[in-house]
Amino acid sequence: MAQTLFDKIWDAHVVHQEPGKPAILYIDLHLVHEVTSPQAFEGLRLNNRKVRQPEKTVLTVDHNIPTWSRSIPVTDPISKQQIETLEKNAADFGLTIYSLNSPQQGIVHVLGPELGYTQPGMTIVCGDSHTSTHGAFGSLAFGIGTSEVEHVLATQCLQQTKPKNFLITVDGKLPVGVTAKDIILYIIRTIGTDGATGYVIEYAGEAIRNLSMEERMTVCNMSIEAGARAGLIAPDEKTFEYLRGREFAPQEEAFETAVAKWKTLPTEEGATFDRELHIDAAQLVPQVSWGTSPGMVADITGNVPDPEAMPDENSKKAARRALEYMGLQAGQPMEDVTIDRVFIGSCTNSRIEDLRAAAAVAKGRKVAANVNAMVVPGSQAIKAQAESEGLDKIFTEAGFDWRESGCSMCLAMNPDVLSPGERCASTSNRNFEGRQGAGGRTHLVSPAMAAAAAVAGHFVDVRKF
Amino acid sequence: MKPFTVHTGIVGTLDRVNVDTDQIIPKQFLKRIERTGFEDALFFDWRFLADGSPNPEFELNQPRFAEASILLTRANFGCGSSREHAPWALDNYGFRVVIAPSFADIFFNNCFKNGMLPIRLSEEQVEELFQRTKAKEGYQLTVDLEEQTISDNDGLQIKFDVEPFRRECLLDGLDDIGLTLQHEDKITAYEAKLAAA
Repeated sequence: MAQTLFDKIWDAHVVHQEPGKPAILYIDLHLVHEVTSPQAFEGLRLNNRKVRQPEKTVLTVDHNIPTWSRSIPVTDPISKQQIETLEKNAADFGLTIYSLNSPQQGIVHVLGPELGYTQPGMTIVCGDSHTSTHGAFGSLAFGIGTSEVEHVLATQCLQQTKPKNFLITVDGKLPVGVTAKDIILYIIRTIGTDGATGYVIEYAGEAIRNLSMEERMTVCNMSIEAGARAGLIAPDEKTFEYLRGREFAPQEEAFETAVAKWKTLPTEEGATFDRELHIDAAQLVPQVSWGTSPGMVADITGNVPDPEAMPDENSKKAARRALEYMGLQAGQPMEDVTIDRVFIGSCTNSRIEDLRAAAAVAKGRKVAANVNAMVVPGSQAIKAQAESEGLDKIFTEAGFDWRESGCSMCLAMNPDVLSPGERCASTSNRNFEGRQGAGGRTHLVSPAMAAAAAVAGHFVDVRKF
Repeated sequence: MKPFTVHTGIVGTLDRVNVDTDQIIPKQFLKRIERTGFEDALFFDWRFLADGSPNPEFELNQPRFAEASILLTRANFGCGSSREHAPWALDNYGFRVVIAPSFADIFFNNCFKNGMLPIRLSEEQVEELFQRTKAKEGYQLTVDLEEQTISDNDGLQIKFDVEPFRRECLLDGLDDIGLTLQHEDKITAYEAKLAAA
């Protein structure tokens, strides 16, 4: 029977399966960060267990670290303790760590692909929901809780019930100024934040094939915002070229052998999916979120929706509450919404292409007087690359703050936080209440749209720039 | 893990869809390195006013829900981040059961790892329970995992589904890692095959 990409990866990783029970699934790569792992390592110690496969376990700090100069110490004592705990766990259990002062430190979902740890056909987990990012390489990658982090550390396996399969085909060509971020925001808006709960999504179609690896990561990254267990894109020449020569990818002859194997992964003709959706790329316009859930999204050319026009009572209540929290009026044009802050960064949009797209808009322009804008590269390597291309100069000359790498204001666990009532154009992935700071108001957009909003002082259709 | 068999308790309601884990426990509380002590962080931004006093507008702050141990809520509960601090906070606060029309996958899974029972019911059944809770102060439910039933003192009885393996683990309070390690020989064989490939 013709198989999907997902079926093939799943089948290749089942260590054991008994009827009526979850499969014991082998995990090829376990990424670990400071926030969701301390209790897992503590559990190992209490039960006198070891890490089964130290060489398949990679650690970095990203969530709570400051993005100010690395020469300034971490001032928050509890954050400092979490970082030191991860460093101690790495030392005690013999694990590789890219800590605060490593030249390779980065957001865990930026670092994995960048160093070539992430490869097609793998199973990858991390105690972080945005692990779905790695699916861009045709690997089955999903977020897990801390108990499961401990489970993988101890056994290199997980107990998993196989999710269902969902094919989303994005046909046609994307118009100029419309990006991968707009594709995924439009998908979430269309199917809802629980639209793919219980499913693994495979993204296919001409518009997906035309995306770069960075852009594919943006799409897969936000699969979780549609409720999906994971997002997948079939590996192709772009995938292989991205990985060629990366430090932890197979080298030389071994690489060619690996490529031959990776080429057998894509979904076969005639394979069936539990659910399918088609989207026409040509009709997409830049997207902006207006509410407090990633499904609350509008076209930049549109207006803030009217809660009373929502289909059911629960949606009406949620929309009314969202508008009150966001300080918006039904019917207000999205382009009239003024902003106070801009955040360009996060595992969704902090890669070199994202920074190039934002810099192209910022070049020769100035951040509006009332706006405070920051750019946070996803890793130290991206920061260095951007600096070698002069992007940092473009940003700083335009009035953006150029920072060190980390998760930063995507979740505001570090000192980068919105003040109550502040409105932010953000390239991150979640616009939940208080996500970027208690009372803060987040609007999700692409990097180019964020840069355009920084310059204009309000949301603006980047296609006019 | 602590087992879950039968639980009787007061129902507390949270009448909102898409309650995300950032609301269940905001990020400033994720820096602890223990699994306990999260009770005061639960629903923090909704529960407390800026001056730290309880927000009288927040549903679960009503005196009638002070002793609630069964949380009744709306669709897609627990969406967003994978943080297991969310079930820890609910558990530390005193909730043993969460009932909703649907849950986000990671949150749903995390509950079972902590001896908590998330139950999916139809929208109509959830609505019925909301009405009954509203109508009667101190409204209680008994959740019987062995029988897979939810019942009240007024004759209501609802059957619920739960995956047989999850049910078994919860009833016996089984340690997941221990269960997987029963198959360690198969893991070793799988790894040997990988090394040979």
